[in-house]
Amino acid sequence: MGFFFETLIGGLMAGMLYSLVALGFVLIFKASGVFNFAQGAMVLFAALAMARLSVWIPECLGIDGRVLGNTLAFVVAGALMFVVAWLVERFVLRHLVNQEGATLLMATLGVAYVLEGVGTSVFGTEVYKIDVGMPKDPVLILEGSFEGGLLINKEDFVAALVAALLVALLALFFQKTSTGRALRAVADDHQAAQSIGIPLGRIWVIVWFVAGLVALVAGIIWGSKLGVQFSLATVALRALPVVILGGLTSVPGAIIGGLIIGVGEKLSEVYLGPYIGGGIEIWFSYQLALVFLLFRPQGLFGEKIIDRV
Amino acid sequence: MNAGGEVVLDLQKVSLSFGGVKALTEISFDVREREIRAIIGPNGAGKSSMLNVINGVYRPQQGEIVLRGQRFTRMTPYKAARAGMSRTFQNIALFRGMSVLDNIMAGRNLRIASNLFQQAIWWGPARREELAHRERVEQIIDFLEIQHVRKTPVGRLPYGLQKRVDLGRALAMEPSILLLDEPMAGMNVEEKQDMCRFILDVNDQLGTTIVLIEHDMGVVMDISDRVVVLDYGRKIGDGIPDDVRANPEVISAYLGATH
Repeated sequence: MGFFFETLIGGLMAGMLYSLVALGFVLIFKASGVFNFAQGAMVLFAALAMARLSVWIPECLGIDGRVLGNTLAFVVAGALMFVVAWLVERFVLRHLVNQEGATLLMATLGVAYVLEGVGTSVFGTEVYKIDVGMPKDPVLILEGSFEGGLLINKEDFVAALVAALLVALLALFFQKTSTGRALRAVADDHQAAQSIGIPLGRIWVIVWFVAGLVALVAGIIWGSKLGVQFSLATVALRALPVVILGGLTSVPGAIIGGLIIGVGEKLSEVYLGPYIGGGIEIWFSYQLALVFLLFRPQGLFGEKIIDRV
Repeated sequence: MNAGGEVVLDLQKVSLSFGGVKALTEISFDVREREIRAIIGPNGAGKSSMLNVINGVYRPQQGEIVLRGQRFTRMTPYKAARAGMSRTFQNIALFRGMSVLDNIMAGRNLRIASNLFQQAIWWGPARREELAHRERVEQIIDFLEIQHVRKTPVGRLPYGLQKRVDLGRALAMEPSILLLDEPMAGMNVEEKQDMCRFILDVNDQLGTTIVLIEHDMGVVMDISDRVVVLDYGRKIGDGIPDDVRANPEVISAYLGATH
């Protein structure tokens, strides 16, 4: 029983990272109808920036102390993500207003290559470590309830807390501020939003910036766990089944979808693996997505699109 | 009757076509301060196209819009909103996932001065501003008698109430010119009466200039100061309701008599 729960918790932790990446997808899709293929590249770019800046900034300014160095690196990396958002709106989205979804998708594919190229040429191509001082040692919990207790990685636990906090803050921002309200308005109806004087261009910059910040946090958590390297860009592909499962238009869907995929991967690997061969983790999520596409294409929480004939 | 004010909105020889189809042909008319100006016509006459041109949704191939002396050849919905125009939609275009309150609050968007950063950290000025706007919005909610559904997501409201929220959101902008796209379409008699009362009150109490599109002649003739009649994208009548009613071209357009 203890082992089952450990697997489950491991899956939840992995799933939470998928959730963060999927959240970036959903935010941008809702506000602009763009399926942003560059989300993975944004995670890579943000993580690379964070990894290198947390070394460069203390070196340049002669700062001693990890906390200050990391904070400065975070702020600068965040500012970089704002610049990315601004450039994307100015040079890509603005010229593609009212174009087909496929055109916009191709454009984001281009954005992905530019981000990967610029990111690796500025920040380098090696494997970098992000050290934000996450506790590495595992702890034993609930020793009373289970025989042998549950072995949990403290790092995962902190990461989960950070992710939950980020989602909560975003929810507050969307619900309680006038800009958040404008963002929701644009997500619901572009035309009406424009008629009350909400500038679409500005909203897109903000949405891409928020998605960039989410990518930055996801990148830091991932990088501090597994290191930052080029393969991080493919995390977008892992998050794809998550948005299909959760629904492209639903923020709670992205979060719950991510957790389901994470847990499903780990449990299927451990419990189905012995019968049908290992390596299930790699394709499980795509199979699940396929089933959803067949039977519930709008996802768990997505809006059903009804066309009036 | 307020028809004596100065011209605030002047449309000059506006032509609009979609591909080969002419939606509007050289239409000119003006709107005076504080009047209720109706645009009527049978189905497909180009009424909605006209409103969408004024609002900047469609860009006419020819013609100009002069708004308080300022010429616009390329009007956009955003510019129109900034210039003090707000509108409602024929097929209600509310933010369906949001509550009545949030929908109307969204209408205050242009009047919000605090920046993203202040809002993000929920800083004093941003919060006080939010409360001040909330107060104005509550007045609008009272005025439209929708207090009881304040927190309901608009998607769940009956049609007649959604129309009121649509009007409320437009009013929240405190417009100087209000464009109403078939505000009474699909309503029953009682709802129509309520809507007429709101429109007249807005015009009377706030001094808002109103441009209104209607399909149904009856109601319009009662509340408008002046009426423009369109048919097949052409202007066939313009004047006070009694004159328009007596115009033989208008009668034939509406009754389908021989052309």
